[in-house]
Amino acid sequence: MMDGYEVLFFFEVLVGGLLAGLMYSLVAIGFVLIYKTSGVLNFAQGAMLLFAALTFVSLVNYGAPFLLAFAATFAIMIGLGFAIERTVLRPLVNRPPITLFMATLGLAYVIEGAAQLLWGTQVRRLDLGISDKPMEIAGLLISSFDLVAAAVAFGLVAALGAFFTRTRIGLAFRAVADDQFAALAVGLRLPRIWATVWAAAGFVALVAGLLWGARLGVQFSLSIIVLKALPVLLLGGFDSILGAVVGGLIIGASEKLAEVYLGPYVGGGIESWFAYVVALLFLLARPSGLFGQKIVERV
Amino acid sequence: MSFFKFTKSASLAALLALSAFPAFADEQHFPLQSYRVGPYASGGTGFFGGFIDYLNLLNDRDGGVNGVKLTWSEGETQYEVERGLEVYERLKSAPGIAAWNPLSVGIAYAMLDRVAEDRTPLITLNHGRTDTTDGRVFPYVFPLLLNPYSESSGIVNYIAERSGGHDKLKDLKIAVLYHGSPYGRETIPIYELLAEKYGFELSQIEVAHPGNEQQAQWQTIRRQRPDFVVLRGWGVMNPVALTTAQRTGFPADKIIGNVWSNSEEDVLPAGEAAKGYTAIVSVSAGTEAPVIQEVTEKVYGAGKGDLADKTRIGSVYHNLGVVNGILNTEALRIAQERFGKRALTGDEVRWGFEHLQLSPERVKELGAEGLFHSINVTWDNHEGEGLVAFQQWDGTKWSRISDWIAPDWALLRPIIEASSEAYAAEQGLKLRTAEDVDKVATD
Repeated sequence: MMDGYEVLFFFEVLVGGLLAGLMYSLVAIGFVLIYKTSGVLNFAQGAMLLFAALTFVSLVNYGAPFLLAFAATFAIMIGLGFAIERTVLRPLVNRPPITLFMATLGLAYVIEGAAQLLWGTQVRRLDLGISDKPMEIAGLLISSFDLVAAAVAFGLVAALGAFFTRTRIGLAFRAVADDQFAALAVGLRLPRIWATVWAAAGFVALVAGLLWGARLGVQFSLSIIVLKALPVLLLGGFDSILGAVVGGLIIGASEKLAEVYLGPYVGGGIESWFAYVVALLFLLARPSGLFGQKIVERV
Repeated sequence: MSFFKFTKSASLAALLALSAFPAFADEQHFPLQSYRVGPYASGGTGFFGGFIDYLNLLNDRDGGVNGVKLTWSEGETQYEVERGLEVYERLKSAPGIAAWNPLSVGIAYAMLDRVAEDRTPLITLNHGRTDTTDGRVFPYVFPLLLNPYSESSGIVNYIAERSGGHDKLKDLKIAVLYHGSPYGRETIPIYELLAEKYGFELSQIEVAHPGNEQQAQWQTIRRQRPDFVVLRGWGVMNPVALTTAQRTGFPADKIIGNVWSNSEEDVLPAGEAAKGYTAIVSVSAGTEAPVIQEVTEKVYGAGKGDLADKTRIGSVYHNLGVVNGILNTEALRIAQERFGKRALTGDEVRWGFEHLQLSPERVKELGAEGLFHSINVTWDNHEGEGLVAFQQWDGTKWSRISDWIAPDWALLRPIIEASSEAYAAEQGLKLRTAEDVDKVATD
């Protein structure tokens, strides 16, 4: 039977895991945006995150104020989104999904290389002015940085939810997501919508890049954060923003609890693959993820 | 095509092919499996930059080593084993190869058989497979200055010193947080042995590669309440360890970093969380050593410096590269005394490494006093009894806070020999003796 300290410790691990999961959700949302509207699993999302964070921190290091650096980086990410649509997606319209996936894989390498070529390979510190010291809440030690990151994640979900349901362009995104040919038939301009959604994914990459960059330092490893987002997507569904959040919470909590309570029996270091075990178990029960769109094909 | 024209073209082609690599007669070559892009680029650019800077210094100041010019060629590995081997195969035909310096445990492991077959030294400064220290089994591999077991012993000795003596260790709890890779796991048995010998309570906790999430591990540490945490990290794992320690309320001054957790790149991203953090070194940071000042004045002054950012001169990785340059070229110098002042074969350079003995006085002559202590490589001890020191991060720079400390080599040697002899038995290798050292291939 667990004593008082152990119960408290359990909840501390659980809450820490939930908050870490929301950090994964931030990355996963970028994937969802693009998959929702174009059916493409954008493997370059991690590279975009690295590019955004590196660009931001480099501008700050050159003396740009925070807001100016943020606005300039956002503008650059919009430019990048439009460039990707024009040079990669448009020529590959109507190609099989695997071709588009491979194109984003190639794109990831190009963006990573370009980011390092432009801004260098040095590890940089990114200080957002948010304390990462622990606070005691109801006897639990919780990082204030994690709470801010969680608030940002929820804010982003709320903003994207409002965007998709209350704006014309948001409704156009949903129409394209439902049926590209029908959307074209009613006069929606697919290239412009794709470019816009890539720009929106660029914005999400910027937000996630800043938070992850503040935590890890701005360095190449930011681009492999995608590996943390993939089980979240598998579990939550590739086309659901809500799924990305719920998936993040489940993955974050289960991997941390597994590491603490199962890890010692199997040598430790299990959280990276345990997340995929959880995702696969959910997949067996719900192949399209918890909130993913169920596709019914008539044969 | 006439016969004359054909002969002329063939000769020209042969000449061009030869000129792709340096001439053999008076040039000694260092093929570099470097990594200047990818996740570990900041370490790679610092280390290989320092190495090249030192070779440039010798070429410009002394005309090389005893008139033999030093050359190098680079192949990008991104720290990946497959690429490292591809670069090895691509560059190994260059004439006059002195030694290989991949600065990667994975690549070094994969090269063990190849360098033995090609009879060329493989240098794994401060890292590598521990049992390659035993020259009886691994004639061509040199984990110079510090192998992982000596590093672990040095850290425990330092903790003992801080706690008031080795007899105080029995009252301590020590947690080792290690990278989930062959490199990270290398020291598991030695910490167990040291815990058994000194009686401290030990827990060893793995962090999955690459180490960008460590909350669960640090919460476990908080629950265990150790007196010290040894951080055996690499790359992004290090700053994340420091920030997560802060988040879970573990003090930075109770964290002791290993030799791959001791650079500026490991602490700068962690900001305030790294203040007070201590790490082991076999090569000190800083620009005070005369050789570093000479590199700055003569190499960077002449616009030949390899680092794009001059502020990195004197950083941990840069100084490590410079010392690597010193050790490689001093081995060449020693071998030249024996075999003649000319470009040497790989096996002749191996002989030089097996006699690489630099006293503190010689280290001073080389302008490296304070940078590293000394080295004493023999045919059967390829590490060379390097001493270690400890440095502390004050938020802006590293400062050395200990004298040079000796690991417990007598304790470690039997374990190293047991492991290397098992390898020899498995591979069907005959153990070398002192008489084999002078059997040197000259081709």
